[in-house]
Amino acid sequence: MAVTANAVSRPYQEEEQEDPREHLMFDPKPRGEMNGMVMESMHTTNWKFWVVTILLTVVVVTCLFGAWGYMIAKGLGVAGVNRPAYWGIFLTNVVFWIGISHAGTFISALLRVMKVEIRRPFTRAAELMTTFGLVQAGLSVFMHLGRVWRSYWLFPYPNQRTIWPDFHSPLMWDFMAINTYLLASTMYLFLPLLPDLAMARDRSTGWRKNVYRILSLGFRGTEGEWKNLHSAMNIFAFAIIPVMFSVHTIVAWDFAMATRPGWASSVFGPYFVIGALHSGIGAVLLVLFVIRSTMKHMKYFLRPEHFDFLGKLSLIISFTWAYFFFNDYLVPWYGGDKWEKLLLDFHEHGPLAWVWMTMLICNIVIPWAILWNKKWRRKPWLMGIIGFVINIGMWIERYVIIPISLTITRMPFTWRIYKPGIEIPLTIGTFALFMLLYMLASRLIPLIPVWEVQEGQEAHTLRKVGKATIPAVSEID
Amino acid sequence: MDNPVQPLEAGVFEEINTGKWGMVIDQDLCTGCQACVAACAMENNLSFVGEEDLAYGRAMHWIRIERFWNGQYPEVNTEFQPVLCQQCGHAPCEPVCPVYASVHSPSEDVNLQVYNRCVGTRYCANNCPYQARVFNWRDWQRPEPLNNQFNPDVTVRQRGVMEKCTFCIQRIHHVEDKAKSENREIQDGEMVPACAQACPADAIIFGRIDDPNSRVSKAARNNRGFKLLEDLGTLPRVSYLKGGSPHGRNS
Repeated sequence: MAVTANAVSRPYQEEEQEDPREHLMFDPKPRGEMNGMVMESMHTTNWKFWVVTILLTVVVVTCLFGAWGYMIAKGLGVAGVNRPAYWGIFLTNVVFWIGISHAGTFISALLRVMKVEIRRPFTRAAELMTTFGLVQAGLSVFMHLGRVWRSYWLFPYPNQRTIWPDFHSPLMWDFMAINTYLLASTMYLFLPLLPDLAMARDRSTGWRKNVYRILSLGFRGTEGEWKNLHSAMNIFAFAIIPVMFSVHTIVAWDFAMATRPGWASSVFGPYFVIGALHSGIGAVLLVLFVIRSTMKHMKYFLRPEHFDFLGKLSLIISFTWAYFFFNDYLVPWYGGDKWEKLLLDFHEHGPLAWVWMTMLICNIVIPWAILWNKKWRRKPWLMGIIGFVINIGMWIERYVIIPISLTITRMPFTWRIYKPGIEIPLTIGTFALFMLLYMLASRLIPLIPVWEVQEGQEAHTLRKVGKATIPAVSEID
Repeated sequence: MDNPVQPLEAGVFEEINTGKWGMVIDQDLCTGCQACVAACAMENNLSFVGEEDLAYGRAMHWIRIERFWNGQYPEVNTEFQPVLCQQCGHAPCEPVCPVYASVHSPSEDVNLQVYNRCVGTRYCANNCPYQARVFNWRDWQRPEPLNNQFNPDVTVRQRGVMEKCTFCIQRIHHVEDKAKSENREIQDGEMVPACAQACPADAIIFGRIDDPNSRVSKAARNNRGFKLLEDLGTLPRVSYLKGGSPHGRNS
């Protein structure tokens, strides 16, 4: 009788030692060289850059300003809005762009406060997205108005009519919140930019030097200046987080305060915040992929580890979004209100059910199917695609909430399906303007916060403990 | 004041919370002839939007006839429901306007839209559960000879503003002024809005609801009375009567 001995487990294998140089923080370069790399990435352009810039400018001029002018002259009838869908793609775009702008602050401020070291090279790219995203959101608000030439009536200013805006209206809260966020996020973008602007000032000539000299406010990098800058950034980072959460909650209140079926939901506040983060992190992934593959030297700064980290974050956010979606579905379904039930039926089985299904596929199925895998998370091109897909899904989510849900009213005689009209070129125009602003800014603003990377590299050391090498971080504050 | 108290009978106006003017629409009498729609359009200078916009849900009617088919052919029964602004005592359209264009008038106690204050956010229309508000999507052209019949008592509206039924407030003011100059109270039946005036079946009754003996108050007490979407607590000033024979005045 033969006796065979089987191994109960696979023989012990030594885990493959990872090269610490794969991490940006353990792959330091001399300061001068790194500064030079960032400067060069700003200065280097090729013919492709200018072709894309010119194309985008043409699109912005025709699709955004041309079409908008036409709409102002002719009235909103050229758009697809009707009764009962009084709000259409313009408001979809507002919510979408505010959502995009959220990730900038989330990634930058929250991760900075939490001292997440991996944030260092991509905070700037995310913050820029916040500012330019808010510009698109603001423009979309004005596009939506029936009489945009009277839009200044929304500002509380002393006027001859002695009428103050009505602060009972959620739109007024929204208007104030977006303005606050735009101001706060622009300042928050500017503060960590100061040392880099000063660096650029010292390394450029001609008109650029003048621009940087004005923008850098005479920052020279003395001990006292750094101390003040750090405390200012700290205050802003802490203060902007509640602002960020409140802004999208207030945007959600525009809907949640209304009497419409499908809108009057108390979960909309946090649901919108999570939705904003979902699309925002997707957008950061996409932007980082584009920057990495088009700009010089970016492969040194933006590495697979960063895509890996953002991919994990995206997966967690996707889980959370799915939970909130389920919650927002379950409660009306279980409650059994007649109108809510009609609306849910319309979402799932109506003529636009494919839109609803696409939303679920883009927001849940595809991220869950791909983001669990570390190998895939480390592929920048794949993460760029995932970011794009998530953004399609999140745009559709807002589309489902606004024009599709508006189709079902409490007066069934008025039900009518919304078909977009001039909204389509205008939407393309806002996207083109965002890309154009980003591309032009990438020629003027260092997209990598060099000082932050250098500070991180100073703080990271490899320590020998016996035979093992252990990465260590020392706190700088 | 703020708690929407359930009325004793469904159609009865809440004495405390309701204002001066009210309307009762008898659905059993309505023939769906659309005379009220035409009369309203002429009285209030409504735009003519044309076939295409009308089919796309951009009709500018302040009153519309909703037609419902009950049953299967040939046992089919038609039901008409004229819907207009319900002049809610607790109106959802009012607080959402950021520029005070949708307001409650204290003197007539109706819900008014100030056209030249409106910037066109359209939040009020979204929040109106009756879908009674209409928006000027364009500056529509008036075909000949309709351009010759503007009512001088009513403002014309520009593209980009919201509008809705006013209970013919220009007529209310006219009647009030007349009664004041003759030093008397307004009599019941003296004030007739365009829709009620045009209704051949006399299905629309208008009058003072703060007077329990007025024709409109008596009609509202009819046991066929109900209000639209009453559960929302909007306290409408329009009551509907329904439930008799589908073909006549017997209830």
